[in-house]
Amino acid sequence: MKVSAVPRQGHDTLHGFTREELLRILRRMLLYRRFEEKAEEAYAIGKIGGFCHLHIGQEGAAEGCIGPLRPDDYVISGYREHTQALAKGLDPGRVMAELYGRSSGASAGKGGSMHIFGAQEGFLGGHGIVGAQAALATGVGWAVRYRGEDRVVVCFVGDAAVNQGVFHESLNMAAIWKLPVIYVVENNEYGMGTAFRRVSATEIKDRGVAYGIPSSVVDGQDVLATWRHMEGLISEVRGGGGPRFLEVRTYRFRGHSMSDPVSGTYRSREEVAERTEHDDPIKILRDRMMEADLLTQEQLEAMDAEVRKIVEEAAEFADRAPAPSPGELYTHVYSEVNPHGRLFFDGRER
Amino acid sequence: MAEITYREALNQALLEEMERDDRVFLMGEEVGEYDGAYKVSKGLLARFGDRRVVDTPISELGFAGLGVGAAMVGLRPVIEFMTFNFSLLALDQVINSAAKMLYMSGGQIPIPIVFRGPNGAALQLAAQHSQACETYYLHAPGIKVVSPATPADAKGLLKSAIRDDDPVVVLEGELLYNLRGEVPEGEHLVPLGVADVKREGRDVSILTHGKTVHLALQAAQRLEKEGIEAEVVDLRSLRPLDVEAILTTVRKTNRAVYVEEGWPYGGVGAQVAAIIQEEAFDDLDAPVLRVTQADVPMPYAKNLEQLAKPGVQRVVDACHRVLYRGVPPARGA
Repeated sequence: MKVSAVPRQGHDTLHGFTREELLRILRRMLLYRRFEEKAEEAYAIGKIGGFCHLHIGQEGAAEGCIGPLRPDDYVISGYREHTQALAKGLDPGRVMAELYGRSSGASAGKGGSMHIFGAQEGFLGGHGIVGAQAALATGVGWAVRYRGEDRVVVCFVGDAAVNQGVFHESLNMAAIWKLPVIYVVENNEYGMGTAFRRVSATEIKDRGVAYGIPSSVVDGQDVLATWRHMEGLISEVRGGGGPRFLEVRTYRFRGHSMSDPVSGTYRSREEVAERTEHDDPIKILRDRMMEADLLTQEQLEAMDAEVRKIVEEAAEFADRAPAPSPGELYTHVYSEVNPHGRLFFDGRER
Repeated sequence: MAEITYREALNQALLEEMERDDRVFLMGEEVGEYDGAYKVSKGLLARFGDRRVVDTPISELGFAGLGVGAAMVGLRPVIEFMTFNFSLLALDQVINSAAKMLYMSGGQIPIPIVFRGPNGAALQLAAQHSQACETYYLHAPGIKVVSPATPADAKGLLKSAIRDDDPVVVLEGELLYNLRGEVPEGEHLVPLGVADVKREGRDVSILTHGKTVHLALQAAQRLEKEGIEAEVVDLRSLRPLDVEAILTTVRKTNRAVYVEEGWPYGGVGAQVAAIIQEEAFDDLDAPVLRVTQADVPMPYAKNLEQLAKPGVQRVVDACHRVLYRGVPPARGA
């Protein structure tokens, strides 16, 4: 099976989007960027704990892949999922409150950065075991087909996940049962500190081909190309064409997590500086719009001020939100209180 | 009441629940065209078609995770492991996904799923195909575990498990599939978390679950000939656990022996002994003893396998010890 590669096109390419559409896409990406910068700041002063993986630099993948979906489609992801949750429609305040570990958080403060859920918005988490969400996505796709619905499931994994067994088992089952799942591999080139080329003898896109799944590559720093390409895949999958495999080439501008320096033993400061300068999805879109006289500096600054305000309000909401009450320790372990027998064995009052 | 096999009882439970609720489907290796590796799903493909009775590739982790994903959006999958030995491949999806999803989503995403299949040793299948997997699942909050010993309990517990909104692990017994027993006609549900006194007695309590219930009953018969009345309590459900039933029998006999197929370290009997000493210490007249599999991988050779498995005589000996009949009580059986 042939892999179709989509090389980055000229920076003057606006892919037929209207000015309003372009402004909306730019604004969304700017919101994701400012949100993550705020999270970075809050982490530094101890308001966010644990592992926290930022998506800065990869906003084009989130907006380009989720933007073209219907509200009733599903998205499921790994632990670098803050901006994907926002893209799927979760309120920034509830996502920030989750990072802060507050009861008003998207997952009531029990999930944190890696486990953001929005069942109503069709955002099915934030999963922390590399590649595990591929099997879950396959099951969601199974349920969609079982019920005869025409929803589409988008499953985000990172490049490192393609070496997990569960990823391969999932692709195989999706292919034999023609499930409506698009497996999106966000290839940011490094699984934590391990360059992908060091742990694979083949290219990522070839992994889908092995299971007979139509596979393609798109430049994730070009949000417009990603969007248009996803529109095509979504339409094929919604029409009953079975699963699709998409490698989105991108780059992370920050460390693997907050405890990881931006550059270090595994990638040079020069490399990161070069990529940040030339491969920033927000700058790429901004420049194209300015070159086409669709955006002025003043408009950009006004837009930036507007999204910064949203992010500030999200942080204030998170700050004000109460921590979960101690009684919440024992809720949501089981879905109902069992009328018979003992479920908890720690001997503590609840 | 009709007398049917344990296998037929499970089959009836699946059939009835699939007829009752279209969200229920059965998925696993050989469940469809082969009619089930142990024929538990016999006839279900013909009845329900391949939308609801689904043969999978040999991908335990993948199809267990697929089931969890389907449950995330409201289906009620029954995932069959050909045997629980192979379920260890799927442990990540069962523990990290199924057990924790409701909690880490802040209550948004329940996982109504059943993982079922034969557990424990059969005959001369050696180390990798003969193990009791209870404790891997019991250990994780968020999962429920049941282990039926009779056809009636198999049917009633599986039906309850399928209707439950949480992940339930149903541990069957390969050597029980041909066991015959009476099963009530019509709708028969056994609630999770309720133990069953399989035999009443006043002298010593033999607590157990699953296949070893029958071993305990044989030991009780042997003890009866010596004038010792053993009470046999089948826990049936391991999480939720019927602690009241455990305490009640201990308060009655003041002596307890736990019998299980699994290994001793961190086993079910270890937990039950802990509960008894914490909550009924003053009622005990002897230390709680355990009869388990020998603390070794299961050997192939017939004689070694017999030595490794918990046998009737070892249960009788343990009862003698807690009754201080001719054997020193201090050490394990």
